[in-house]
Amino acid sequence: MNFEFSQEQNLLREQALGFLKDYCSTKVVRNILDGEDSYDQELWTKVVEMGWTATVIPEEYDGLGMSYLELCVIAEELGRALAPLPFSSSVYLATEALLAAGSKEQKEEWLPKLASGSVIGCLAAGEGTGQVTPKSLTTSADASGLTGSKLPVADGDVADFAVVIAACDSGDGASAYLVDLNQSSVSRQKVDTIDPSRSHAKIDFTGASAQLLGKEGEGWALLNNIYDRAAVLFAWEQVGGSETALEMAKEYAMGRFAFGRPIATYQAIKHKLANMYVKNTLTKSNCYYGAWALSTNAAELPIAAATARVGAIQAYYFASKENIQTHGGMGFTWEFDCQFPYRRSKLLSINIGSEPVWQEKLIKAIETSRAA
Amino acid sequence: MDFEDSAEEAAFRQEARTWLEANALTKEEKEGLDFIGIAKLWQKRKYDAGWACLRWPKEHGGRGATAVEAVIFGQEESKYDIQEAGVYAISHGMCAPTMMAWATEEQNKRFIPKLASGEEIWCQMFSEPAGGSDLAALRTRGEKDGDEWIINGQKIWTSGAHYSDWGVIVLRTDPSAPKHKGLTYFFIDMKSPGIEIKPIKQISGGANFNEIYFTDVRVSDSQRLGEVGQGWQVALTTLMNERAAIGAGGGGVNFRSVFKLAQNVNIDDEPAINDKTVRRKLADWYVTESGLKYTGYRSMSALSRGEIPGPENSIGKLVGAPKQQDMASFALDLLESSGAIWDPELSQEAGLFQATYMAAPGGRIAGGTDEIMANIVAERVLGMPQDIRVDKGIPFSEIPTANS
Repeated sequence: MNFEFSQEQNLLREQALGFLKDYCSTKVVRNILDGEDSYDQELWTKVVEMGWTATVIPEEYDGLGMSYLELCVIAEELGRALAPLPFSSSVYLATEALLAAGSKEQKEEWLPKLASGSVIGCLAAGEGTGQVTPKSLTTSADASGLTGSKLPVADGDVADFAVVIAACDSGDGASAYLVDLNQSSVSRQKVDTIDPSRSHAKIDFTGASAQLLGKEGEGWALLNNIYDRAAVLFAWEQVGGSETALEMAKEYAMGRFAFGRPIATYQAIKHKLANMYVKNTLTKSNCYYGAWALSTNAAELPIAAATARVGAIQAYYFASKENIQTHGGMGFTWEFDCQFPYRRSKLLSINIGSEPVWQEKLIKAIETSRAA
Repeated sequence: MDFEDSAEEAAFRQEARTWLEANALTKEEKEGLDFIGIAKLWQKRKYDAGWACLRWPKEHGGRGATAVEAVIFGQEESKYDIQEAGVYAISHGMCAPTMMAWATEEQNKRFIPKLASGEEIWCQMFSEPAGGSDLAALRTRGEKDGDEWIINGQKIWTSGAHYSDWGVIVLRTDPSAPKHKGLTYFFIDMKSPGIEIKPIKQISGGANFNEIYFTDVRVSDSQRLGEVGQGWQVALTTLMNERAAIGAGGGGVNFRSVFKLAQNVNIDDEPAINDKTVRRKLADWYVTESGLKYTGYRSMSALSRGEIPGPENSIGKLVGAPKQQDMASFALDLLESSGAIWDPELSQEAGLFQATYMAAPGGRIAGGTDEIMANIVAERVLGMPQDIRVDKGIPFSEIPTANS
């Protein structure tokens, strides 16, 4: 059995870890949180130089043509470093949408630019409160263009183009469109969120010029396909973040004294951290399964993705909240870094469908596979 | 990344399968035998064909196989209904490795092949009424008398003592020494005069454990393992050899059985599986079970490369035991008032959910409580410090107890 990353992939992990240690300390995250910038442009430039945005893009579109296992490795490290970058939007969502449904011309137009980092892509699905379904969509396209409002759109304020999910009378009830965001019939507004280290926007389309991505009436299937693939990559980011939260809690518990001894000697704290480790470990193993399914295009991907996703949501939430608890009052201060994983864990858990949505997807996928 | 065996592993698996197919015990062979009889018959058959205790050296009756080969054989063997294999878990998993590490060559020549062939069954006598999680608090006395030691006291929770031929035991030989320093380790004939074994009836109705009373039981000094006062160190060998549980535990209440139940019972006149709350709970258990399974695969991959599995392997029992309990409890809820019925004729799955519900508390205690397992993860995996101990360094006889 070889249920492991290869030596080369582990080497890539070491490289990524070292690189992010140098260029993405929590100070970098804090600068974005406190400042006006939507993401760290210097770090983005370096990440692009490393070729990370080009990882799975085929060589014919100027990508590196590597496997999804490499991308999983990168995702884990970006998550561990809490990187304030539009990486997930551009790489896990927009690039995936183009790879899955783009015409030859669309791929030729966007993929080389996504690979070189000269454009940033995003995915615009949500339209305000509650779960997105084909029925809930009001954004639509006709001969005069695309009209509607999308809120919130992760990285929507800095992206150059968006994959927009719009209502459709036929097929599965939705169609996907490619929309250049730098046009006069598109207006954007940055919105405040629980995690200002990852920017979000409201985007209004008023008869915007839009290109169909994939077939009409197949947008909902496309969205679900992208979400299944992105769920694995998100889960790896979440695992990285969960491990950061555990590390922070451990370091603090070892150094913090109460009643004459380190709080790390108290079972109340030890068991809390052991519990974090258990959840993180189970999740990581499920992420291995997800990585395998994603990289081999296995029929099990819907189950593997939902399994990784549900576990990752729960593990990161647990680790990030109990990290604050371990720190006591200091963990609740703006000055301490405990806030970063706590903000990020919730953001990642609701960005592409929340826990109940994925629990339901998981059981449905199991029912489907058992009926087959 | 893949789930495939290497070429050598696949060949080994095939060899194991072929042998198992040809040699697994038939219904007729099992007829009239109790579970000990069945276990002995199967163990002897494996031993005669070179499939017993695979990791042990050939001269001790093993096969000199690699760790991954042992796991592969275990996987294939578990496809057959051989629940009786548990009879030898302690003999082979704990007692034999301790003997091999600490006994004389002559003693090992006498005992290890009979362990491998299954002719003799061993038990492990560590826990006491005053020493469970705090094992080194044990009080059963061993006093030197010439070339012999005289044992007085009581052990408890000893699995299989009533059918064991031999046992390993830790004794308090010096109460004036600090707790961990006054212990000495022996192996002993379970038929020795003065040993009285009483089964303990559990809340599940079974009686897998025993209390053992020692009244002036004599053991030869030649049956001492390690030096006098070195018992704790020898005991650690035994405990560290608890077999790493690799692979998904297939049996009992699991996702499959509760999922099936949810399809067969109704909530508000609809199959329970259509209920959102039921679906969410099932999803969580699927995720946990899958996490354990793939953690096992990661360990297996490490073995396959000839490495020792990482600490991720230590979480199996800590996760699995409470999960069994919660799933069984939930299954009884799904059954509504009929969940109370344990009669195998009248209950679903022949009483599986009821039996698991009643056995589950034991699973969370035996072999290290949830709390001790969490301590082990915190201390050995995360490197957190031990709790401050008030009994450290002082003579055992001066340590406060409930009676003092």
